[in-house]
Amino acid sequence: MKKIILSSVLIVAFVLYIFSDRLGIFHSSSVTNPVVPPDKTQNKNIAAYKDGEYTGDITDAYYGNVQVKAVIKDGKISDVQFLDYPKDRGTSLRLSLNAMPILKTEAIAAQNANVNIVSGATQTSEAFNRSLSSALLKARI
Amino acid sequence: MKDSRIIMGMPVILEIIDDEIYQDIIDSVFDYFTYVDQKFSTYKEDSEISKINNKQISEDEYSEDMKTIFSLSEKTKKETDGFFDVMNNGICDPSGIVKGWAIHNAAEILRKKGIKNFYVEAGGDIEVEGYNKDGESWSVGIKNPFNENEIIKVIHLPSGMGIATSGTYIRGQHIYNPKLESKALTDNILSLTVIGPNIYEADRFATAAFAMGKEGINFIQRLEGFEAYMINSAGLATLTTNFEKYTK
Repeated sequence: MKKIILSSVLIVAFVLYIFSDRLGIFHSSSVTNPVVPPDKTQNKNIAAYKDGEYTGDITDAYYGNVQVKAVIKDGKISDVQFLDYPKDRGTSLRLSLNAMPILKTEAIAAQNANVNIVSGATQTSEAFNRSLSSALLKARI
Repeated sequence: MKDSRIIMGMPVILEIIDDEIYQDIIDSVFDYFTYVDQKFSTYKEDSEISKINNKQISEDEYSEDMKTIFSLSEKTKKETDGFFDVMNNGICDPSGIVKGWAIHNAAEILRKKGIKNFYVEAGGDIEVEGYNKDGESWSVGIKNPFNENEIIKVIHLPSGMGIATSGTYIRGQHIYNPKLESKALTDNILSLTVIGPNIYEADRFATAAFAMGKEGINFIQRLEGFEAYMINSAGLATLTTNFEKYTK
């Protein structure tokens, strides 16, 4: 149960990170050090952490590595910084593009439908969670 | 019934619609994922893959499943012009192929037990069989890469098929850098969803095609029996020619 709670908190923290990052980028030119708001990551069930900076393991996101640093202030996560994240591959695409049809494009739009299952990218968030978990293990009191 | 467990660092979900369901069948599916995790996890020191990376076991000691994964990885590398590669700085991490393979094998376990209507999902990658509780094809929503809580497309997945999404939000951090020119913005791909004959096939080609950037959709277009939906950082989606037959 504790694991599930911790994972949920990490997922929430990641979603918040995405939002804080995205909003920050839309409204200013600063892209540095996304901040996870500490008040949102608080959870009574989670033990407090020792103050300091903790570097997580390098984790594989399949097409690159993810490594984060967790900054703990007053026993809470005050910042999560990316030390490494997937970058474009240098390899050029050598596949032939002859006789390719022009494919249809559309603007994406939210759907108001009930579905049985949801498909979405998880690789990087998994790697993020693993690296952050390992950083927080080191910060545990 | 619907049950989920956290295995391989992600939620594994199983839903079965059939009337007669036995707990031992459900357990056998989750036990299989645990077995796969113990063998292929690079996060576990005593896994077979960790022992191989640490040169603690030689090639003639590899298990049958390990040989299978190595051979499938090699095949995929050739078929994707090297865009799929389990070797990274001398370390083998086959997780990019193991996930889809494990979901497909789990679905096969259920089929062999005579289960007719179910889906198996692990971390957003799915294989379906039969129909949902309303007697319709299983419906799968594609997650909005700009908003985790939204879906932007509904797929009706025919029995036996698989759907996998590759993508990242972290690239977005790079993409939206205001110093980049606008052309660079629209060239960046956030998410690529691939529908294939089963989840093993869909997953390995989704992973490889995503690594190809905007050319990934053309790669899937050339593959017979596969369709894809690619979303770029400008919020524009590109569809393969017959993708829409799954959205109606």
